[in-house]
Amino acid sequence: MDAVDGNAIGGLLHEVFGAEMTTTVSVCGTCGTARQVGELAVYAHAPGTVVRCPSCDNVLMVFVKIHDRTCVDLMGLASLG
Amino acid sequence: MAGTALRGRLTWQVAKVVSVAVETGSVRTIMLDVPNWPGHQAGQHVDIRLTDEEDYVAERSYSIASAPGEPVALTVERLDDGEVSPYLTDELRAGDELELRGPIGGYFVWEPEDGGPLLLLAGGSGIVPLRSILRHRERTGSTIPVRLLYSSRTLDDVIYRGELDKAAADVEVIYTLTRHQPPGWAGYGRRVDSALLAEVAWPASAMPLAYVCGPTSFVEAASQALVQSGYPPQRVKTERFGGTGGT
Repeated sequence: MDAVDGNAIGGLLHEVFGAEMTTTVSVCGTCGTARQVGELAVYAHAPGTVVRCPSCDNVLMVFVKIHDRTCVDLMGLASLG
Repeated sequence: MAGTALRGRLTWQVAKVVSVAVETGSVRTIMLDVPNWPGHQAGQHVDIRLTDEEDYVAERSYSIASAPGEPVALTVERLDDGEVSPYLTDELRAGDELELRGPIGGYFVWEPEDGGPLLLLAGGSGIVPLRSILRHRERTGSTIPVRLLYSSRTLDDVIYRGELDKAAADVEVIYTLTRHQPPGWAGYGRRVDSALLAEVAWPASAMPLAYVCGPTSFVEAASQALVQSGYPPQRVKTERFGGTGGT
């Protein structure tokens, strides 16, 4: 399946975090690579939206919309912002 | 101003369709009137939300085709199996309303102070945010040199061709047609790869700034080739559309 860029979910991220996030720096919890969120690999057609590290493929963030709520899992990140 | 109070939040709002222009057989440019639009940067996008009679909601992102300071225009390619694009390209009429939120994204944007020389690589409708960058450059009087390499299937699939053909002298527009080339075609006729970029792209020593937009496979191939040729990864901005769209 084809990935898109973190930039593509700028709207979703803004909804969740309340701010423009695509230029925020994220650090992968597995390999430690620091990248702007806009550069991350996004799989939007999974059940929910899965954000992976382009360097090591570790899952960084998962967003699942259930009715009007968005469930957020950031366990794969060492840091964000 | 009502819009100012909401700055920082991203809210859905209703835009009105001013006009719909035919770009190619499958591509339309939709001019919108968006009340309280806060303004946008070249390269940003909006999310569009369609809701059907049974409250089924579909959301998609579309790049803004117009320059900062111009009314919001979206250029949309119809994907035959798409949930949203066939409605936008085939059904939408002037006076219709559309739900959108934006502008979105700070990563794939260009301002004159970001410098150049600029290398713009477009695959199919990946030209849309790059057209915003080109118009922004022209409107701000920037003299930063630009090369645009634009990959399409056929000449008829080239979006904004009239506008690109009239581009300023310091904007080099290079076409490659991957499926069919008309008789006497003087442009390229092959896919964008390392060999083509070696002929067309600014050398890495010129410290260029690259923007690559199109289907995922196009963006991966082009951006990897640029990095291999010595472009620093942070000087290669990418926007992948996913698996669909013609290059």
